[in-house]
Amino acid sequence: MNAEQLEKTFQDKVDAEIRIEPRDWMPEAYRKTLIRQISQHAHSEIVGMLPEGNWITRAPSLRRKVALLAKVQDEAGHGLYLYSAAETLGVERETLIDEYLYGNAKYSSIFNYPTLNWADIGAIGWLVDGAAIMNQVPLCRCSYGPYARAMVRICKEESFHQRQGYEIMLTLCRGSEAQKAMAQDALNRWWWPSLMMFGPHDSDSPHSEQSMKWKIKRLSNDELRQRFVDVTVEQAHFLGIAIPDPDLRWNEERGHYDFGPINWAEFWDVVKGNGPCNRDRIRARRKAHEEGQWVRDAAMAYAEKRKARQTAAEAVASPTPVATYS
Amino acid sequence: MNLEPSHFEYLLRLADNALILGQRQSEWCGHGPVLEQDIALTNIALDQIGQARMLLAYAGKVEGKGRTEDALAFLRDAGEFRNLLLVEQPNEDWGYTILRQFFFDAFNFFLYQELCDSADAELAVIAQKAIKEITYHLRFSSEWVIRLGDGTGLSHRKMQEAVSDLWMYTGEMFLPDAIDEWAKDAGIGPSLQAIHVQWNARVREIFKEATLELPESGWMQQGGKQGIHTEHLGYILADMQFLQRAYPGLEW
Amino acid sequence: MKKDWPLWEVFIRSKNGLHHKHVGSLHATDAQMAIENARDVYTRRSEGVSLWVVESKYITASSPNQTESLFEPADDKIYRHPTFYSLPDEVKNI
Repeated sequence: MNAEQLEKTFQDKVDAEIRIEPRDWMPEAYRKTLIRQISQHAHSEIVGMLPEGNWITRAPSLRRKVALLAKVQDEAGHGLYLYSAAETLGVERETLIDEYLYGNAKYSSIFNYPTLNWADIGAIGWLVDGAAIMNQVPLCRCSYGPYARAMVRICKEESFHQRQGYEIMLTLCRGSEAQKAMAQDALNRWWWPSLMMFGPHDSDSPHSEQSMKWKIKRLSNDELRQRFVDVTVEQAHFLGIAIPDPDLRWNEERGHYDFGPINWAEFWDVVKGNGPCNRDRIRARRKAHEEGQWVRDAAMAYAEKRKARQTAAEAVASPTPVATYS
Repeated sequence: MNLEPSHFEYLLRLADNALILGQRQSEWCGHGPVLEQDIALTNIALDQIGQARMLLAYAGKVEGKGRTEDALAFLRDAGEFRNLLLVEQPNEDWGYTILRQFFFDAFNFFLYQELCDSADAELAVIAQKAIKEITYHLRFSSEWVIRLGDGTGLSHRKMQEAVSDLWMYTGEMFLPDAIDEWAKDAGIGPSLQAIHVQWNARVREIFKEATLELPESGWMQQGGKQGIHTEHLGYILADMQFLQRAYPGLEW
Repeated sequence: MKKDWPLWEVFIRSKNGLHHKHVGSLHATDAQMAIENARDVYTRRSEGVSLWVVESKYITASSPNQTESLFEPADDKIYRHPTFYSLPDEVKNI
């Protein structure tokens, strides 16, 4: 088959909702787009551990502490599943990690905002995980098999994250004035960055069209953002705190909430590295990676030594025992 | 001696060890040397804090003054904590953290094996649940001590340094005071001397495989079980208790 | 010295009576660590009662280029399936 035929067979499969698997032929651009998207997603999970991790040692009850710890740990797991999915495309995790620690690879900008009070932990669970779920559920049907399967697993695990966050918000909103003020403050700071999580408007989103055709992306940025606003407004009402948008109102005709303009200048600035925490986040991740080097080296060196010893011992002993599996 | 204060004190020691070590381990979450191990250590932290919750809740019940797990965790000052000095030592690096874990796990494993048959039935139930977790912790930390001890020249050197720093905090585990004697006599806790023998044998075995030198028995620090701590505990509590202290009496 | 930990594939038996099923991969220095990492990474929510790990490089996969010759010949062997044989409705338990 020539390139054109291969490409057509590939697109026919995608159109017929047949998943693409690692060893199947795929256009180079599809592979590259997937590697970029999956690894960005993985980096986001890992960097996303930091703002919440910031409150693990200060969680105000032991119940909250274990829930937060388990949640942040899940994010490590999700990063791992995603790196695994990316690795099926023939790129190594170490290479991908190097690209975001020392190169230009991006992660979700939302994690460049600080967690300043305990309610931020609630707001992240409610809004940031809420937005992430909105984004991720359609990805469970992504055309690339390993990515779709990782997303199924992630979505299953994520379901407790958002509830955990909302429960924190609810407790604070039913608590003292000071607690309610914390909750409002957190909503004020996290609302707009959460809307930005869906990415630029469809008209300004360079990769969107091709990604939709390849079914790497299922719904447009603006569609997902609207869905998020529609469900979240009601949840904020229930909490009794105000969404910081004077233009927010129900539009009977559209059957959706209208909302005010997003500050895209801020968005692009944070993407470029000028958010409140970009430097801290990368510094923390580099530190962990660099200080872990001797540990990773030692573990590998030990495994190799042990293997060499075993091989030497087996060469002496005979017969070789047959491995059994159960 | 009044029975209940000793009982309460004994349970607090177990609870505070689990809580403070869990708090220390949880500082690693998001900063581990490799993703798989970040997840692994957090699992251990979750086990420890889970054990602390059961033990604190039970201690509060035994005390009979209506103090909940959170009241005990968040509203006691350093002098009222009863954990070993070992578990409050800082994480420093992965090797240090692993060695601290190993010294403690080896102690905790033999201790909880005995507690599974405690005359205190409720404690025995907690111990039976915890021993499954602790068995895994000991395996995990033993393997890592071996890996790092017998890994590279650098890792060996780092581990040997951690040994010389942490060794002086190991003696306290086996030094019985009136509370330990009370627990032993009541059939609630084991003889610490017996645990010491088992601990020594296990540490020697693992160190041999790890090619690490055991220090000469030197001066041992003590005081944690009686509430005289190192400077580190105050900072752990400042972090842990901040919200409960800044906004007293609220639900979170 | 910089040598990355090898990649392992993980298979979980979710309960006795079922096959092990591939769930994903992870990095580990040796088989024992791979089992433990798999336990920590893939069974945090009681997903399994048994684990298999195998270093990814030891898996031999069929080539997608051979899909036609390997698998399509089975498609027209409909006589291997019970529905190929028509029996009257009156015949029960067969």
